[in-house]
Amino acid sequence: MAVKFPDFIVSKLDWLANQARAYSLWPMPFATACCGIELMATASSRYDIARFGSEAMRFSPRQCDVMIVAGRVVMKMVPVMQRIWQQMPEPKWCISMGACASSGGVFDTYAVVQGIDRFIPVDVYVPGCPPRPEQLIRAVLDLQEKVRATGTINAREFEGRKEFEGPAPLARQLAPDQTMIVPGDFTTATRLRPENN
Amino acid sequence: MSVEDKLKERFGSETLEFSQFRHNRRAIVPVEKFLDVMSFLKTELGFNYLADIAGIDYLNYPNAKHRYGVVYALANVSTAERFFVKVLLDDPEPLLPSVYELWKGADWMEREVYDMFGVVFDGHPDLRRILMPEGFASFPLRKDYPLRGRGERHNFAPIIRAEA
Amino acid sequence: MPLEATSTFPLEETADKEFLYTLNFGPQHPATHTTLRLVLTLEGETIVKAVPDIGYLHSGFEKLGEDLDYNQYVTIVDRMNYISPILNEIAWHHAVETLMGIELTPRCKYIRTIIGELARISDHLLCVGAAALDLGGITAFLYAFNMREKVYNIFERMAGQRFHPSFTRVGGLMFDVDDEWVNMIRDFIRNDFPKAHADISKLLNKNRIFLDRTKGVGVLTQEEAINRSASGPVARASGVPRDIRKDEPYLAYKDFDFQVVCAKAGDCCARYFVRMEEMRESVKIISQAVENIPTGPVNVALDDKLTIPDKTATYRSIEGLIQHFELFMWNRRWHPPVEECYAATEGANGELGFYIVSDGEGRAYRARTRPPSFIHFSMFPHLIEGHTISDVPAVLGSLNIIAAELDR
Repeated sequence: MAVKFPDFIVSKLDWLANQARAYSLWPMPFATACCGIELMATASSRYDIARFGSEAMRFSPRQCDVMIVAGRVVMKMVPVMQRIWQQMPEPKWCISMGACASSGGVFDTYAVVQGIDRFIPVDVYVPGCPPRPEQLIRAVLDLQEKVRATGTINAREFEGRKEFEGPAPLARQLAPDQTMIVPGDFTTATRLRPENN
Repeated sequence: MSVEDKLKERFGSETLEFSQFRHNRRAIVPVEKFLDVMSFLKTELGFNYLADIAGIDYLNYPNAKHRYGVVYALANVSTAERFFVKVLLDDPEPLLPSVYELWKGADWMEREVYDMFGVVFDGHPDLRRILMPEGFASFPLRKDYPLRGRGERHNFAPIIRAEA
Repeated sequence: MPLEATSTFPLEETADKEFLYTLNFGPQHPATHTTLRLVLTLEGETIVKAVPDIGYLHSGFEKLGEDLDYNQYVTIVDRMNYISPILNEIAWHHAVETLMGIELTPRCKYIRTIIGELARISDHLLCVGAAALDLGGITAFLYAFNMREKVYNIFERMAGQRFHPSFTRVGGLMFDVDDEWVNMIRDFIRNDFPKAHADISKLLNKNRIFLDRTKGVGVLTQEEAINRSASGPVARASGVPRDIRKDEPYLAYKDFDFQVVCAKAGDCCARYFVRMEEMRESVKIISQAVENIPTGPVNVALDDKLTIPDKTATYRSIEGLIQHFELFMWNRRWHPPVEECYAATEGANGELGFYIVSDGEGRAYRARTRPPSFIHFSMFPHLIEGHTISDVPAVLGSLNIIAAELDR
């Protein structure tokens, strides 16, 4: 930021921004599988996530504060997930909902990513397969707590986090002859054909 | 007259191999006769519904003589009768004529068998990978492909928090 | 083998096609419900060509089926069509039991029928509700979800998990059910559900917007439905009277009086009405079954060496202990015939079958699924071409594409 405010004003502004942000966390429902249905259940009448200010599900990442990754993420989906994460404006948070998103869960297979935290930063993990709606609400409350405790008005709390925070990459634990580079460019996986066609 | 008898009468008793297990009546058909048998089953015997195409890799199967099997589950909608046609294929070029012209439902089923086993369907209008990414090099449901893959699933660059 | 595309995409750019443009729809889009992707070629608002691109949730179910044993894999098939998990379990164990030649006990058959029909109701509820949601009617969705919570309660009472019960086992069930469970079902089919069904019908059946957006949209003729392997409500809405529950009665279906609901129009509206009526038929089946649940054991006899003995038998008798040991040791477990067989059930979306190849060990050599969503989605380009882009959610909603079943 170009303007330098005195510290006491900044901390008051931080407090104000945190209050506002914590009670209006707009989720981006990145719902891929079963957990997506529980996410819908959380939003519908019985559990009613609106009580905690998070009912405004926005399917455009530009309008969201928190990405809820609900369900397993597979090889073909990772570039999409990363792009959606990058499209969200700062400050932003990520909830990894369910065992599959957090660790791969029961799907230890060739296609499923063993935890999205290997590829994007995650703030809150929700265990369960799928988690009950109460657990998701608890995760939203925990995230509100985190926002209030660490949030700053210009999102400078993220600046220092330049190291990769996820678990050690799995590919390196395999013997070199076991790994294989996939031919093809995965960054263009969201297009059906390369542009030169 | 049963389906088996009609098939025997039309194609001779040596070419097809019939068997039954539980309710499944099936015939093993050689690749050369395959398309004739299928169109005979559809047009003459009324099996107008293709329920499923299943690919099988018999690499470690006890007493298997061929590498791949492709099983077509046919049904007759009006009589609810079922019949199974199986073709056996071998390795260097598992090639099979497509039945897309007979049943349009075969479109994606054949693409899936190709994607998972590498069985090529000759005459299919749009045979390319359907479930795996296009650049993927292996056929995952073959028995020599490991369950956990060969490291493809880790092959993405992570996003660092400060960069995003 | 090189992978070459045989279809040209986008359409070749000739002089008369310059004005076509391409719209990418998905894989993360609210109307796709989960993860599927369409590349639409548009002329104005009219869709000229639709190319589906799937596999965004391909997680290797069938490969896992070759790694897990006949009981363990039930947790995975649960996650296949995740809005009616019980029907997948029933389909899987129906195929396994056909392979092994097991005849279930009458009590088990009845209980499985009841939970299967409950799952069908909850599947249709979500499908109808979500289709209405995509067309702008959020209230029907909330009503439908409220009813799903009641079904969840019933499942939770019986299995301990509200979403993925994993309730069936080879030759039986995980537990027996109790009287309170029966009362919950009676309450559901007599009081809660008819009211909600009437509410949803009132909201949608004569709703001008809903009817205008679904009538005549996505028409599937009877010949096309058969030729393109449609099944379940989609085929029945096109006038194909095909229902595995009637054609090849499994479980206890031949004991009950119910109708196969069909329609002629074959459009989205017909599919909606077929689903609504099927829910009523399911209630009819449940109300007949729940009053007549036979007594007796839920598992086949222990002597058959197929089912897991209960705790008492395991701890108090040597046969039970041996049996438990036999089924849980990696190198023992079941010994099915070295054969292959296909067995199908009527899932909520259509014919849900499994083709199991067995090499005589405790796990399947190949566990092929016949996924109805996969086959229904393959006819999507045929249904949508010529319609406008606002019809895409209507057609997708009426086909009820479940991504996990689509991609497996």
